[in-house]
Amino acid sequence: MQCPAPVYKQADFKSDVKPIWCPGCGDYHVLLSFTRAFAQLKLAPEEIAVISGIGCSSRIPAYTNCYGFHGVHGRSLALAAGLKVTRPDLTVVVASGDGDGYSIGGNHFLHACRRNIDMTYVVMDNHIYGMTKGQPSPTTEPEFDTALSPGGTGVRPFHPLVVALASGANFIARCFSGNPNETANVLAEAIRHPGFSFVEILSPCVTFRPDESKWKEQVHAAPVAATTDPGKAARRLMTDDGFNLGILYRGDRKPFQPASGASGYDLAQLERDFEQ
Amino acid sequence: MSKSEPKISNLNDLLAAAYRIEIDAVGRYNLLADQMETHNNPELVKVFRDLARAEGIHGEEIRRLAGDFDVAAHAETMAQFAQESPEEADLSLAHYLMTPWHALQLSLKGEERALAYFTSIVETAKDPKVKAMAAELVEEEAEHVNLVHKLLRRYPKPKDDWADDPDPPHPIE
Repeated sequence: MQCPAPVYKQADFKSDVKPIWCPGCGDYHVLLSFTRAFAQLKLAPEEIAVISGIGCSSRIPAYTNCYGFHGVHGRSLALAAGLKVTRPDLTVVVASGDGDGYSIGGNHFLHACRRNIDMTYVVMDNHIYGMTKGQPSPTTEPEFDTALSPGGTGVRPFHPLVVALASGANFIARCFSGNPNETANVLAEAIRHPGFSFVEILSPCVTFRPDESKWKEQVHAAPVAATTDPGKAARRLMTDDGFNLGILYRGDRKPFQPASGASGYDLAQLERDFEQ
Repeated sequence: MSKSEPKISNLNDLLAAAYRIEIDAVGRYNLLADQMETHNNPELVKVFRDLARAEGIHGEEIRRLAGDFDVAAHAETMAQFAQESPEEADLSLAHYLMTPWHALQLSLKGEERALAYFTSIVETAKDPKVKAMAAELVEEEAEHVNLVHKLLRRYPKPKDDWADDPDPPHPIE
């Protein structure tokens, strides 16, 4: 007699490790969205790998019960790409922040979009380096005035969604951490969509950006449904106010997946080579 | 109410939604208690654990009301709330220096949302059994609102400088 496949609940995707984020941090909601999305997709924890770099947001793999890898700063996408091409059976979700993902890992971001490997890249954007105590990040507003950036940086912020589109990302969405169920639905869609999916989650930093508490009132649903036309998407993304939420672009590019063993090596062969 | 909220077609659906509300609240209060434990605010750990325990008792009461019907299993499979479950405290309002007054304010908002939810079911339900049970749940939630108001009398509103930290997390280079 065959045993029925187990049905995993949201709680099954949570580890016993208690998060150490600041109370009020948006990343708590993002963690809820991750586990809700995984349960919604009816995946088993061992079918998912959560890969991250460095930063507050990158602590998330430890808080899930899936496979996880807390990598080095900015290199989460490189690690994840390596994993996905060797283990295409795994659902690979990459977690990052605006510092880790757009600055230290900025170049990996461009090429991950270009390669279009089937994985989901989630950037928890709080417009600040939180873990290292409040330095301006690539998405910090030019006039954000602190002791570390007197008078503001005066530098134009990075526009991650536009960069993702121009570089070839196959699915682009923006969410707000304070809407965890909507975020979970978008994450599930992003994971289902073939190719490289990019989801920016606005996730306020209560400690170094208390002004971001107003995001709750500023976010709103995108006025039109997602487009499949990159030209239209570019126009919409360039003109939005940074607070449009939802799925904004769905592409149809074929994901990149090298044939197994295309390199002439298999994993067992590599292991033998290392042992010699 | 959003169209994607749990569809209440019969008494079992209503009980499952009510159970889900209580169990979600238990999870949320325990999460907040964990946060306070991590950030060394023991007074709040106790308050949130007590609130979690109280919601758990309410959940058990609903389970008893459901009799032989597996309300927990139905609550797990029925549609989730469009946003958060009505009694889930707003995580974004947590603060490492928060006081019992703040915790009870979160609780009060949750109870009021649950009250509004069941009131809306009383107003819209067509099935007389659903309407009657929803009315009963309205009374329950009203009692909880009153209880939180009573508890708040023990904990006056803190002074405006409650969040002032003598050793704050300063930006550093």
